[in-house]
Amino acid sequence: MTHFVRPQPVTTKPYLTPGVWVLLLLAANGLFWLAGRFLFGIGSVTHLNNQYPWGIWIGIDVAAGVALAAGGFTTAALGHVMHREAYHAVVRPALLTAMLGYTMVAVGVSIDIGRYYYIWHPLIMWNGSSALFEVGMCVMIYMTVLYIEFLPIVTERFIGRVNLPGPLARLNDLVDRLLRLLDRTLSKTMFVFIIAGVVLSTLHQSSLGTLMVIAGPKMHPLWQTPVLPLLFLLSAVSVGFPMVIFESLLAARSFGLKPEMHILGRLGRMVAPLLGIYLAFKLGDLFIRETFVYLTSFNLQSVMYVCEIVLGIVVPMRMFMAPAVQKSPLLLFIAAALVVGGVLLNRVDSFIVAYTPPYSYGPYFPSVGEISVTVGFVSILVLLYRAAVMIFPVISLPDKAMMPSTKYSVRG
Amino acid sequence: MKSQNRRSFLKTSTVITAAATGLTPTAAHAKPENVLSPDRMGVLVDTTVCIGCRNCEWACKTAHGLATPPLEAYEDQTPFDKMRRPDDTALTVVNRYDNPKDPELPVTVKVQCMHCDHPACVSACIVGAISKHEDGAVVWDTDKCIGCRYCMVACPFQIPAFEYHKAIQPKIMKCDFCADRRKEGKLPACVEACPVEALTFGPREALVRVARDKVRRNPDRYVNHIYGEYEVGGTSWMYLAGQDFDSLKMPKLGPNPAPGVSESIQHGIFAYFVPPVSLYALLGAVMWTSRRSQSDEEEQP
Repeated sequence: MTHFVRPQPVTTKPYLTPGVWVLLLLAANGLFWLAGRFLFGIGSVTHLNNQYPWGIWIGIDVAAGVALAAGGFTTAALGHVMHREAYHAVVRPALLTAMLGYTMVAVGVSIDIGRYYYIWHPLIMWNGSSALFEVGMCVMIYMTVLYIEFLPIVTERFIGRVNLPGPLARLNDLVDRLLRLLDRTLSKTMFVFIIAGVVLSTLHQSSLGTLMVIAGPKMHPLWQTPVLPLLFLLSAVSVGFPMVIFESLLAARSFGLKPEMHILGRLGRMVAPLLGIYLAFKLGDLFIRETFVYLTSFNLQSVMYVCEIVLGIVVPMRMFMAPAVQKSPLLLFIAAALVVGGVLLNRVDSFIVAYTPPYSYGPYFPSVGEISVTVGFVSILVLLYRAAVMIFPVISLPDKAMMPSTKYSVRG
Repeated sequence: MKSQNRRSFLKTSTVITAAATGLTPTAAHAKPENVLSPDRMGVLVDTTVCIGCRNCEWACKTAHGLATPPLEAYEDQTPFDKMRRPDDTALTVVNRYDNPKDPELPVTVKVQCMHCDHPACVSACIVGAISKHEDGAVVWDTDKCIGCRYCMVACPFQIPAFEYHKAIQPKIMKCDFCADRRKEGKLPACVEACPVEALTFGPREALVRVARDKVRRNPDRYVNHIYGEYEVGGTSWMYLAGQDFDSLKMPKLGPNPAPGVSESIQHGIFAYFVPPVSLYALLGAVMWTSRRSQSDEEEQP
């Protein structure tokens, strides 16, 4: 049966459902609070202060956003660089997630910086020693690469189907020819962008870890380590496939489709070894630096660290090893969600929980405004994803034209 | 993808490599000004001399055009009741601490930017908006700053402050060592205002000698520690005290420059772009060989 699937726009459900209305409300609420930030400054909607300059807008929207968009480069490496054709069905959904995810990261950065209208400054004002400069440049270039990688999906959708409204219809032929030219050029040069995408991701996923190294003793020793960049890279690589599984199962559920369990199960089998490498380095770091002594005291930091390791790595690793999990959509979803949650928690820990400034007046906890904006952004992301898979051929569905015209198919 | 041929692959790879190599020299020079002049100036703060009159706070605000009550209002002692930090309304503040030697005579300590010799903020700033000048000052440039606040994350003394309640053109506020006044040949405002000469302005090297001399001649008055001589690789502002610096809420910091680890990781990853370009080449090779083996094994539809 696998040979009869092909990416195509999803048409099984209408765009607006009760769930979508909830997301629209959450998005509107986020935009409302965001307006406050633009009218009265960052301090008016956030709990940030001179002690805690970075909050969840950086910790979740940016750091976790980049990590959870890692499915884009891990599946591209698997499907296009290593040419494992069997996984092609998940490359496009992962690419779309990455593209939208990085767009959200870029928007997230620009609302968090005080002078959003200077967001272009790093392009011409360089500081080679700054980890943030490197992250910024890589994210900007990688986002462009992701949009280029997505272009063939756009051309595929519209070649031979260009139908502009009204008087613009005269341009149909011209646009169609341009699309075909674009398609030909891209298919010859795409490998350049695909490899560049993987290299850029490797660079900035790790440099995101370097960011907090400069905070030195202000960062809790459980997380402050010179191998932080390596840990960030390894966790990003290990969260790539779980994120693809997580969203594929969610999308299948939402559109009433049959999940591609044979592909997702095989993807799941690769997660345990990747998580194992991450766990080995994380524990190795803990023992080499002898920071396990900090786990003996009961506080926010030690509890969060143990949660990260046990719930985010050990439990899902064991789950992904079980054949029963690889076959059951529910168990696979839980395992994937645990890894996603674990990496999200790690980024929040690294950027917020671990950050303990010397003159703090009290711990930082995000304000209603900060949470609203972050939730709003995630909602907008889901809404855009839903719209994109209904317009463009992203999700692989059984191809009606190539299916045998029987009403029942034999499952085996 | 499938229609790519060996020639276009090689051609494009060459272009990429050439472009990356071409970038290298530019990147090497792309650094903010960060001079460590042997003649850099500094200030020695003798906390055993300070009387807590807070004239320096008033002088600083006046010199930087910040709102301030008249000088007489600074006789009020209530601000000492709680610990204050420099912020966007005050670039320097004086705090009061218990004196274990004489409970009747509390110690007052002025806080401001330390003007590190190897500043973490200069290394961290995404656009190079902060620079270390020849005269020792670490100065922020409003024309470059994007307001990301990474300098605040990086600073080991937690000094840079941000104007959180400005929607347009918020500034990073911190002591600039009176860069403008000194260009006119004047002293930093706080040094000029200090009535008891608790602040000594001079070449850093000379100040270290003066400080050592003071400690040697008055071992009962001072602890044998010049705070800032070695902390995070040395700072332009240095402190003398009659008690442990921990009790004065000065952070305990090692002798290594704050940006050290971060910069060596950064320069390791980007050593003349060799690692990224090698990774690119390696992935290209994997892509090329796996494509061949795949098409040999199975015919793709």
